[in-house]
Amino acid sequence: MNMPQPYATLPNQGTLPLKELPVLSYSEFFQTVSHLLGLEGHHCVACYGHRTLENIQIICCIADDLHHTIKVFSCLAEGNRLVRLASLAKTHFPMHLFEREIAENFGIEFMYHPWPKPVRYAWNRADKTQVINNYPFYRIDGNELHEVGVGPIHAGVIEPGHFRFLCNGETVLHLEIQLGWQHRGVEALFLEMPSLLQRTILSESIAGDTAVGHSLAFVNLMESLGNITVPEELELERTMALELERIAMHLGDLGNVNIGMAYQLASSVFGTLRTPLINYTQTWCGNRFGKGLNRVGGTHYPFNEELAKKLVTLLDKVEESFSPMSERLFSLPSFLMRAETIGRVTEKQMRLIGAVGMTARAAGIPSDIRQSHPFAAYKRYEIDHQTLEQGDVWARMMLRSLEVKDSIRFVRELAQRSGPATNPSSPIKEMDLKLMPDTFCISLVEGWRGEICHCAITNDRGELAHYKIKDPSFHNWMALALSLRDLEISDFPINNKSYNLSYCGFDL
Amino acid sequence: MLALLVILLSCTFFPGVIVKTKALFSGRKGPGIFQPWIDIVRLLKKGSVYSTVSSYVFQTGASVYLASVLVAALFVPFDQHTALISFPGDFVMFAYLLGLGRFFLIISALDVSSGFEGMGANREAFYSMLAEPAFFILMGSLAMFTGYTSFNEIFINLHYQDYFSIIIAIIAAFVLGNLTLVETSRLPIDDPLTHLELTMVHEVMVLDHSGIDLGLIKIANNIKFVLFSTLSANCFIPQTWSLGMQIAVYLIAQAGFAVGIGYFESFRARNKMAMNAQYILSISAISMILIFVIIILNNKI
Repeated sequence: MNMPQPYATLPNQGTLPLKELPVLSYSEFFQTVSHLLGLEGHHCVACYGHRTLENIQIICCIADDLHHTIKVFSCLAEGNRLVRLASLAKTHFPMHLFEREIAENFGIEFMYHPWPKPVRYAWNRADKTQVINNYPFYRIDGNELHEVGVGPIHAGVIEPGHFRFLCNGETVLHLEIQLGWQHRGVEALFLEMPSLLQRTILSESIAGDTAVGHSLAFVNLMESLGNITVPEELELERTMALELERIAMHLGDLGNVNIGMAYQLASSVFGTLRTPLINYTQTWCGNRFGKGLNRVGGTHYPFNEELAKKLVTLLDKVEESFSPMSERLFSLPSFLMRAETIGRVTEKQMRLIGAVGMTARAAGIPSDIRQSHPFAAYKRYEIDHQTLEQGDVWARMMLRSLEVKDSIRFVRELAQRSGPATNPSSPIKEMDLKLMPDTFCISLVEGWRGEICHCAITNDRGELAHYKIKDPSFHNWMALALSLRDLEISDFPINNKSYNLSYCGFDL
Repeated sequence: MLALLVILLSCTFFPGVIVKTKALFSGRKGPGIFQPWIDIVRLLKKGSVYSTVSSYVFQTGASVYLASVLVAALFVPFDQHTALISFPGDFVMFAYLLGLGRFFLIISALDVSSGFEGMGANREAFYSMLAEPAFFILMGSLAMFTGYTSFNEIFINLHYQDYFSIIIAIIAAFVLGNLTLVETSRLPIDDPLTHLELTMVHEVMVLDHSGIDLGLIKIANNIKFVLFSTLSANCFIPQTWSLGMQIAVYLIAQAGFAVGIGYFESFRARNKMAMNAQYILSISAISMILIFVIIILNNKI
């Protein structure tokens, strides 16, 4: 029992001096990951490589959802020659993408990896001879089979991504999703951008539909590294903004799935409900997607009584139309026929691919950072948590609908609690922000899609030395691919829309 | 001649009324009634773009499609007013003229050799194959009931029978109405508004047609609509009425049919693709009811 643990334990948004970060040998590292992932309620939130002077440090963060902590440890791999390591993914499949990312970025080979493919063709990848046009697609040969390639340019005005369907007639045997077309080098840009403002704006652009979620993760991280505590009111406001984003995105997606099903009534009702919500965010902060709202140490747009009153009336109105429409939708036979049992992914599959957020919750996994690693106002106020078992299109839509209702209730409660106008603390000035030197920090946020993880490392002068982002789409794209197994190819669009995953969040 | 004129007349507003109805039901103002035709005129003014891998098959497909639909239109009577072409068994010719047009659309879709178009052609061929029995069972039973085998004589004599005619007319109109949805690729078989190639049936087949060719296909589709709705209207409009009255009721019935389609499409989701076959076969099953009713009426059993 008194054996020293091979890992450091942090709370969400906790900081850790680099010299206290355990450095294990790879076999110890391997054993620790295996051991921790075997325990109840543990999942890996980040595992990435960081190039030090002569080595590559692989840092692994495993979250303990039951005790609200994150266990962090690392190992070293030599940076100057070809390194071969035993693959963890062989026994712990959720690690497969982390290993693929490390392999792609640093040229480390993971032996016996079950799915050794490129991730996103990052600009600073180790092997520049690998190019996106030569992606090694999975193939099945046969006269009966055909391939349908879709994208990277799509008919709708959406982001680029290539989908390759291996079909037998109308039935899809396998769908392979190839991303990387949207790669911008965000992680590197965080280090290149000199000013805090630029970095904050950058964090809002990691995934345009999760502006509040990602910027909140960034701001929380900076505040922890800068040793800043923010007042309760500010946390309350940020939480409201995050939940408003969740409601708006869920409404938009519910509408979009209905467009895919050609159910006009629901698509126009949900679409119409989304607009006043994002317009409200614009009244609050001048941007419909909440850009400009989250700033380190304070805010430019303090919430006041007038805004609170407006918000409560708006939410009442939204709920008034939303409830009957969702009731009608979920009892409409033609909808149920279209959505039930379509694109089912089992809980076991979801656990294997390490799915997070609403995707996982729709398949019976209670993955929710708001509950397991509370941040901002979730530390004091609890929001209802929903999980459904089915894991099909119906479940993902039902979950969204339930979450919209919960979030409306929660935001209304917070808005009424927000009290009289607080004296706004303006954002901290650039020169006043002193980051702790030689420190590791991790920040988890539950965006509307799911778990957002930002990690940062500072150097001895207190400057950012490494920045790592993980969007929920990182794992969840695989869920879409699994959904399509043995499904008709014409069911792809509603499945895709029921997940609505981010291309740029994955490509970074 | 009168028949062709009323068909072309109702063509002008039919597609626009559907679009307008759907817009109004979703709380939007929607475009004007004639917008679909304005769009077609715009398309006709444009040139066509042809893929380098396509051949003359692709380039003639759209024209043959429109031509076959236009010729089929010559066979459709308006109540007791004879169609331009009428002979015993003309409904078989009518069905296969539409089939010919579809065949050319299908091979021109295959000609561009895109993964999507092949998929659409495959679906369209499958669904129209399933829809064919419904049409022939329906027309066959009407022929058996009236004792005539041309569109014109069938519709004239349908009204001179006893009150069973009304039941038969209702079933016939129902079957024709559903066939319209299949033939013109509307909900619940297909979604004409979708932008998702993977779920399309008809639209994906004509993805590579552009400009004037696309315009021709759209004209043909609009005429097809009205051909079927005219056939169903013929089951109802009494021949004893004056001509003006008949035309007025006909046009109102056409508009009503278009509003009906718009209403139907606004308040339901489309079928799952695999359910379509079942749905189309159920139309044939209903026309089977008709044939049994007629066999019993004619004391053949």
